[in-house]
Amino acid sequence: MPTYQLKVNGISQTVEVSEDTPLLWVLRDHLDLVGTKFGCGIAQCGACTVHVNGIATRSCSTTIAQLENKEITTIEGLSENGTHPVQIAWKEVDVPQCGYCQAGQIMTASAFLAQNANPTEEEIKNAMHGNICRCASYTRIKKAVQNAAKNIES
Amino acid sequence: MSTTKKDNSLVFSRRGFMKTTSLASGGMLIGFNLFQSCKPKAEPSIDLASLNYNDFNAFIEIADNGAVTLYSPNPEIGQGVKTAMPMLIAEELDVAWKNVYVKQGDLDTENYTRQIAGGSQSIRSSWEPLRQTGATARQMLINAAAAKWGVDASECTTSEGVITNSKGETLGYGDVVKDAAVMEIPEEVTLKEIKDFKIIGTDASNVDIDKIITGKPLYGLDYKAEGMVYAAVLRPPAFGQKLESFDATEAKAIPGVIDVVKIGESANALLNSEKRNWTVVLGSSEKVVVIAESSWIAMKGKKAIKANWVAETTLESTEFQDEKLNGLLDGNNFTTLREDGNVNKAFASADEILERTYESPFLPHNCMEPMNFFANVTADKIHLVGPVQTPEFAAQAVAAMLERDVKDIHLEMTRMGGGFGRRLYGDFVFEAAEISNTIKKPVKLISSREDDMTMGVYRPAIKYRIKAAVKDGQVTGYHIKEAAINGNMYGLIPNFFPAGAIENYKVDVANYKSNITTGAWRAPYTNFLAYAEQSFFDELAEVMNVDQVQLRLDLLENVKGTTDERIQYSPERLQQCIRMAAEKSGWGISKDGVYQGFVAYYCHNSHVAEVAEAVIEDGLPVIKKVTCVVDCGIVVNPLGAMNQIEGGVIDGVGHAMFGSFDFKNGAPTTKNFDRYRLIRMKEAPVVETHLIQNEFAPTGLGEPTLPPAGGAVANALKAATGKRIYKQPFMQDPSFWKTPEKEILG
Ligand code: FES
Ligand code: FES
Repeated sequence: MPTYQLKVNGISQTVEVSEDTPLLWVLRDHLDLVGTKFGCGIAQCGACTVHVNGIATRSCSTTIAQLENKEITTIEGLSENGTHPVQIAWKEVDVPQCGYCQAGQIMTASAFLAQNANPTEEEIKNAMHGNICRCASYTRIKKAVQNAAKNIES
Repeated sequence: MSTTKKDNSLVFSRRGFMKTTSLASGGMLIGFNLFQSCKPKAEPSIDLASLNYNDFNAFIEIADNGAVTLYSPNPEIGQGVKTAMPMLIAEELDVAWKNVYVKQGDLDTENYTRQIAGGSQSIRSSWEPLRQTGATARQMLINAAAAKWGVDASECTTSEGVITNSKGETLGYGDVVKDAAVMEIPEEVTLKEIKDFKIIGTDASNVDIDKIITGKPLYGLDYKAEGMVYAAVLRPPAFGQKLESFDATEAKAIPGVIDVVKIGESANALLNSEKRNWTVVLGSSEKVVVIAESSWIAMKGKKAIKANWVAETTLESTEFQDEKLNGLLDGNNFTTLREDGNVNKAFASADEILERTYESPFLPHNCMEPMNFFANVTADKIHLVGPVQTPEFAAQAVAAMLERDVKDIHLEMTRMGGGFGRRLYGDFVFEAAEISNTIKKPVKLISSREDDMTMGVYRPAIKYRIKAAVKDGQVTGYHIKEAAINGNMYGLIPNFFPAGAIENYKVDVANYKSNITTGAWRAPYTNFLAYAEQSFFDELAEVMNVDQVQLRLDLLENVKGTTDERIQYSPERLQQCIRMAAEKSGWGISKDGVYQGFVAYYCHNSHVAEVAEAVIEDGLPVIKKVTCVVDCGIVVNPLGAMNQIEGGVIDGVGHAMFGSFDFKNGAPTTKNFDRYRLIRMKEAPVVETHLIQNEFAPTGLGEPTLPPAGGAVANALKAATGKRIYKQPFMQDPSFWKTPEKEILG
């Protein structure tokens, strides 16, 4: 199997996997970064969202071969000790129910707020529409994104 | 077991399910069995000497420095019990919640048996026993301090982990913990009065929040063990099919595929044996399993298997099931679950009769974390790890299947990425165990979303036909018939409202046995029954020309003072919810372009009223808001409770609007989220929640707000469009089509 060089959370990594392996499974099975979750495998639920060069990306549908020289950030690398404004807001609002979708929600929200620090409610809803929460914690997700925007501003 | 004193505090004299000991490190450890203490009427073993610490699965540890750690072993599926249950202990122990550390059994914990079942009854049934546990520990600490001071224990008070005597001297819990550990367990303890609660009723964050937001391993799918391989299972694509032959040549050629094996024999043998004295889904068919070095390769290998399947029984389609259910409703083959008076007489003398039929499809659970389990079967031990809601049962079944002693099994539960009923069924545990037993390796069974959605234990398709008689402005007769797949409503459901409110009342059920596996789905039966009945009441109110809210209030008036013990809902409490929901939502006060739908419902021991609001946007109805009033007694953790309530309402709205699941030739026609539609951010209504404040013991919250939501939506849609929808999902109704030919969504 071919080897690939990856930069994940600022650390260079080498993995030996088949070229069609999605980033999701490289992270989970090969790099022990299991914070990124598997939900659907077909880019429909957002549970697997990571940042690739700062852009929210579905890692289940991004193969390893597409990632050369790209900077990958996962939930584990979003901040040290959970201090990113989005993580803080998630804690303040106590968003999770089962919690399984929340890493993906946080990664989507943080990439979105990096582009648009002062979003309207409609913009937040649009940005988060691609992430399913089966427990339907949508009310709190929206509130947490709003709080995070405020945290970032101040 | 308990007596109520005049001052309303509770005195307990039941001991024996606890044991204390001093720790080598200097603190005190109090062991108790959470599983036993959660069965309200179970008589625990009284013989203390016969108990050792292996009999306990939950512990309070008080360290020398006064720090309190509560070890909570209860399974957490997202309903918040891991936070709420320790709150009950901490309240009576009288420590500050911020100083309490709740420790979860971590994923790699060895030698720690915690075979605990969860469910929506957790808080209700642990309300008194857990408080009693905390109160007992507190009393022992007081007794130790009193002995030290040479004063009477009754002179001492506590606050936030500090004991004070009448002279004003103080001792911290940590100062007396060593002495307390060897004190006798008190015969009687007094529980706090509700007005004195400091923790119960305050907001506490999810105890796993830090791990969740930083992506720490928590869930079954995150578990790893030395030498572990991955297994993807190829099951028959359709219900009713079985494996005839398969060719694994291509799969085996994929680098990283370790082996391809067949399983199903052990499960089959168990299924057909006498040992099978439980009801369960074992998946009787033989399956092909790809064993690989990674998840991706296992899934890829599975796709490369060439298998031939043959039909063994009928390959059912949705049309076929529809016909069966309609046949049952039209037929005469019912079992009567409740009968009051004589409905036929009521119909014969009625001024008006209303009869309607309501239909719902199968539904998959779609837990966000697909089914998975770890198993390592070796000659001396069986290690099982993962998300399952019925670990005791799973362990027993695995032992029976592999002909092993259940004592060989060590089962650990992980946090669960949703349950909704699906993880009550241990099919994936048995599969994982059989695979490990076959390949003699530690293995993680994984499922793709397609596997998860097609190997379901679905909410069965159901139809209700309801008929009511009206005479002289009163509802005089009510007859509900249920036609369902594989099972029928059970327990006290036939005695829910409007049972007891209408003189002539009858509940009839019939079912068709299908080869499609079905089971519990969040709020079984009521999740659809509430919509059917509450839509029917709406229409009944129209026929009777009375206000929807008034009709419900009037019917409930008839139930007051009932002596029927099967009636467990309280007409007064439900009326209170109804009045508050009407007031808070501005019911009957017309708002331009806003159309309201009302429901009131009782299930899972809680009373709920909801008002949904629809508006028309771009010519189509949209649900914008739901006002929800809940009476679930004392609310232990309002922050967690609100999350459950909002989630339940939005989940209920989502499945009523979009949940569609059909079969063709025995196979589900939707297999992933591209075709299966779950509610998302933009469709989620605003939920305005009001909790009724009272001093009743707490009741369930994980489920009760879901069933009414579908009814509230249906009634609001009727108000908005003038059209009643008799079939879920609503999105497939022409009211949601832009043009008659084109379905825009769903
Ligand atoms: S797992 Fe990638 S979007 Fe669902
Ligand atoms: S919190 Fe359970 S899926 Fe979002």
